[in-house]
Amino acid sequence: MTDSVAVSDDVQVAAIELRAESTSTRGQRWRRRYGLAAIGVAIIVAWMLVALLAPWIAPYRPDLVDVTQRLLPPSAAHWLGTDTLGRDVLSRLLYGARVSLFVSILVVLLGAAFGILVGGIAAYAGGWVEHALMRFTDLVLCFPPIILAMAIAAALGIGTVNTMIAMLVVWWPKFARLARGLVLVQRHQEYVEAAHVIGYGPGRVLLKHILPNALGPLIVLCTLDVGHAILVFAGLSFLGLGVVPPTAEWGAMVSEGRELVEQWWCATFAGLAIFTVVMGFNFLGDGVRDWLDPRARRR
Amino acid sequence: MASVTGSTLAPGVADAPPAASMRPLLDVRDLRTYFDTDAGVVRAVDGVSFQVFPGETLGIVGESGSGKSVTALSIIRLLQEQSRIASGKIVFRERDIVAMDEDDVRALRGDKIAMVFQDPMTSLNPVRRISDQLVEAMVIHGRHDRPSALRRAIDLLGRMGITAPERAIAGFPHQFSGGMRQRVMLAMGFSNEPVLLLADEPTTALDVTIQAQILDLLRELNADFSAAIVLISHDLGVIANVCSRVVVMYGGEVVEEGSTEALLADPKHPYTWALLNAAPRLDRNTPGEKRLTTIEGTPPDPLNWPKGCRFAARCPFRIEKCDEHPDLLPVGEARRSRCWVTQMGQNLPRRSQTHAAQAPDVMLAEAALATPPEPILELRNLVKHFPVPKETPFSRQQVVHAVDGVDLTVYRGETVGLVGESGCGKSTLARLIARIHTPDSGSMTFEGREIAFATPAQMRPLRRRMQMIFQDPYASLNPRMMVEQILAEPVRFHGLAADEAGLRLRVNELLSLVGLTASAARKFPHEFSGGQRQRISIARALAVAPEFIIADEPISSLDVNIQAQIINLLIDLQERLNLTYLFIAHDLAVVKHISDRIVVLYLGKVMEIATSAALFAAPLHPYTRSLISAVPIPDVAVERIRQRHLLQGEPPSALNPPSGCRFRTRCPLAQDICAQQTPLLIEHRPGQWAACHFAGQTDPAQRYAS
Repeated sequence: MTDSVAVSDDVQVAAIELRAESTSTRGQRWRRRYGLAAIGVAIIVAWMLVALLAPWIAPYRPDLVDVTQRLLPPSAAHWLGTDTLGRDVLSRLLYGARVSLFVSILVVLLGAAFGILVGGIAAYAGGWVEHALMRFTDLVLCFPPIILAMAIAAALGIGTVNTMIAMLVVWWPKFARLARGLVLVQRHQEYVEAAHVIGYGPGRVLLKHILPNALGPLIVLCTLDVGHAILVFAGLSFLGLGVVPPTAEWGAMVSEGRELVEQWWCATFAGLAIFTVVMGFNFLGDGVRDWLDPRARRR
Repeated sequence: MASVTGSTLAPGVADAPPAASMRPLLDVRDLRTYFDTDAGVVRAVDGVSFQVFPGETLGIVGESGSGKSVTALSIIRLLQEQSRIASGKIVFRERDIVAMDEDDVRALRGDKIAMVFQDPMTSLNPVRRISDQLVEAMVIHGRHDRPSALRRAIDLLGRMGITAPERAIAGFPHQFSGGMRQRVMLAMGFSNEPVLLLADEPTTALDVTIQAQILDLLRELNADFSAAIVLISHDLGVIANVCSRVVVMYGGEVVEEGSTEALLADPKHPYTWALLNAAPRLDRNTPGEKRLTTIEGTPPDPLNWPKGCRFAARCPFRIEKCDEHPDLLPVGEARRSRCWVTQMGQNLPRRSQTHAAQAPDVMLAEAALATPPEPILELRNLVKHFPVPKETPFSRQQVVHAVDGVDLTVYRGETVGLVGESGCGKSTLARLIARIHTPDSGSMTFEGREIAFATPAQMRPLRRRMQMIFQDPYASLNPRMMVEQILAEPVRFHGLAADEAGLRLRVNELLSLVGLTASAARKFPHEFSGGQRQRISIARALAVAPEFIIADEPISSLDVNIQAQIINLLIDLQERLNLTYLFIAHDLAVVKHISDRIVVLYLGKVMEIATSAALFAAPLHPYTRSLISAVPIPDVAVERIRQRHLLQGEPPSALNPPSGCRFRTRCPLAQDICAQQTPLLIEHRPGQWAACHFAGQTDPAQRYAS
C-alpha cells in the first residue's frame, strides 16, 4: 500500500527525482555516479590510442618470426615474452588491439543499425509486417549465436571480413527485439499522434520523432555489447575461425597459447587485454544508462 | 436493476460547527515537512495548523504543489525517504504522532487512522485476491481471527455497495472497475473501525457518475461509522458535497479556514475567491460572457517562497502591506484567513463583477446566425470496432464497439461539446475524425469532401485545415525537440513559409498568439509547466492555420486556474481566427460553458444532441439528466435543494453492449420495448435530438414524489 501513495503534487514528484543527501557535495555525487564510467572511458581511450599508435610504439613487427627466440619469458628485450614462433607478445598485443576493437565496434554498430531498422519498422507498421519481421527475428534467435556464427564463418571461410559477416548475422536480432519494444511504447504517445495529424509520412515519424526517443536504452545496449562482441570474436578466433594466422588478434593469441601451461605469458596477457576492454565498456555502459535515465541522473 | 435516488440530502451540513469545548481528535500544530533535494530544501508544508473534531468532515482544497497531499502523508508518516517532518506536532488522541516510534505509527495506520488514495487502479495488490487483502488488514491489527474477518469483509463490501459480495470477494483486483476498486479501498479503510479516514483525491480518477456514488458513500459512512473524514481535493464541488468545514491551502500554508457554506458564499482569501471564480458552474448561466475570471501567473517556487504574502504576485487585490507575511487570523465567526485585505474588514467582490467591462459581442453572434449555417463536418453512421486479441486461435473474435453508428454535423464557427463517461468512445471518435484511425464503415465529409477512407496522400492537404489538441501536455510534445522545432516543422512541411526568416517570424507569431514569450522558442518541453505545455500544443495545432480544431480533453489534467486560462485562450483564438471546435471533455460544467451545442455519447452511440442551454435546462434523455445531476456544485445552498438522479451501477462492457437501447440497464424508465427496439435519434424539439423511447418523460421517482 505504501508504494501506491498518490504523488499528485508536482513538488513531491520533483523531490523524488531529486532524491539525494544534502550532506554530500556535487563533486562527491558525480564521482559516485560516474566515477566507474570515467575509468571505463579512460581504459577505452587508452586502448584506442594504443591501436592507433601501434606501429610507432610496438618494439617489434608483430609478424617477425625468430625461431631462435621462441617461448622466452618476459625480459628487458621482450617485456611480455615471446610466443612459439619467437614473435614478441607485447607487439602482437598492441597490433591485436586494432583488429579486436575495430571488429567489435563495427559489428555492434552495423548489427544495431540493422536491428533497430527491422524492429522499428515492425513495431511501427504493425499487422502482418510486424508478424513476418518478428517471426524471422525469432528464427535467427532460436540458434545458439556462437554455433550459428561458427557455421556461417566456416562456410564462408577463414578471414576477418567473413567472420564479421557471420557475427552480424547473429548480432542484429536482440537489437530488433529491444527496438520493437521501445518503438511500441513511443508509438502510442500523443506526440506521435500529433505528428500524424500534421500529416507527416511514416518514415519521417519513425526517424524524426519516434527513434530519437527510443534511442537511450539502445545506446546502452551498444556500449555493453562491444565487450560481448570482443569476446565472441576472440572466441571464434580461438576456435581458429577468426583471423588469417599471421595477423595478431587477442582471441587467436589466447588460442595459440592455451596449451602452453609453462609459458603462461603467451595466453595470459592477451586474456588480460580482453578483460580490461570488456570491463571498460561495461563501466561506460552503466554510466550511459544512468546518464540517460533522468531519474537516476539526479539521484 | 436500475434505480434512482431522488434524494434531497443536505450534503455535510447536518453536523453543527464543532463546539469550542470539544476536544479535537486530530490537532496539527505548525507542521513543517521539508524535502531535501539537490537544488535545496523544498518547504512543501510550511507551518500548517488545523484541527479535526470527532465525527467531523473536513475538506482540504488546493492546487498541485500546495502541500495538501504531503500534509496527509505526514499525518500517517508515510513520507518518502528524502522528506522529513522538520518541526511541529500532530496530536492524535492526546499523542504526538511526530514523536512516535515506527512500531506505534504502524499500529495506528489502518487501525485508528485509515487512508484512501487517488488511484484505485494501483492501490490494490494485483496478484492477491480481494478477500486476502481485506482479511489481512483486519487480522494484522489483531481485531479478528480469519473466519470472522472474512465474514466482516463480506459484510463491509455489501455495505460499500458491491453487489453479490460473497462472489466478488474471491476475485482479483483486475476484475473490478475503478469505482469498484475504490469501494474495496473504502471497505479496507473502514475494516478496523477507524476514527479518522484520510481520503486523498478519492474520486479524481473516476467518472462523474461514479464519483457521485462514492461521495454519497463517504457521507453515509461518516454518518454510520461516525468516523471523522479528511477529504483532500482540488475540486471545491466535491468538498462542498461532503464536508462541513474547509481548509484552503496555498504555497504550503493554510490561507483560509471556515465552514463550507460560509466560505463558498463569501470567500475571505483572494485565492479561494479565484478558485471559486475560475471554475465554470453548472447552475450559472452567463449568456454571451464566455471568459472566466482567472488569476495570472503560476504558483510560487517551493524552494524559495516569497517573503511577503505568497499569493501576492497573482493577487488582484494586492496592497502595499502584502510585502509583509500575513498571519492566519480570525475574520468573522469561526473563520480565519491569511490576508491583510480581508483582515482589515474589506469584502472581496462578488463573482464576475471584475469582467463586466468586457461586454460580449452580441451583435457579432446575431450576425453569424443570420446567414444559414454551413456544415464543416458531417458524420453519417460512423462505425469503429476494435478486435480484441483472441485467447486461443479457435475462440470467437470479440470486438470492442468503440464507436457504433454516430451521426453528427458540425457547422462552421460553432463549438460542439462531446461528453460521456470514460469508455464511451469520445476519444476514438476524435481520432476517427482526425483520421488517426480509419473507420470500419460510414461516411465522413469535411468541407464537402469525403474523408472516411481517404488515403494519407489525399488527407495531407486537408491536414492544414483540421488539427487536434491532445489531453496530456506531458505526452503530446516530443521531448527531444525544442519548441522552435516543434512549431517550425509543420509550417515547413506544408510549405507555409517562404524562407527561414519567414519561418522564424511565424514561430514567434505563434508563441505570442498563445501567450508565450519569444524566449520559449529555444527551450525544451520539460522546461515548461503543464499549462504552458498545453499552450505550446495549441500553438502547434495553429501552426498550419486550420479552420477546425478537435480538442480531446485539453484541460482535464490541469489545475482549475490553469484550466480557466486555457479556456479563455481557446475562446480568444476562436474569435480572432474564426475557428470551429469539437471540444471533448468529461467535465460538464466546462463543456456547458464553452459549447454552443452538446453531444452526449454513451457506449459508442449518441444519446442526445442539443444546444447547450436547452440540454441543461430541459434534458430529454434520462442519461443526460443523470449526468447533469451527478456534477457536484460548489454551493451548499444549491446542493441542498437540488433534485438528484443518481445512476446506480457501472456502464456495461463495450465488448457486449446491451440489446436495444444501450442505456436500458441503468435507466430508471426502462420498459420491455427498450430491450427489443433500438431507439432512433429523433428531433423531439427544434434542434434537440434524443435517442430514447421515453424522451422527455420524467422519471417515476419524481412522479411518486409529487
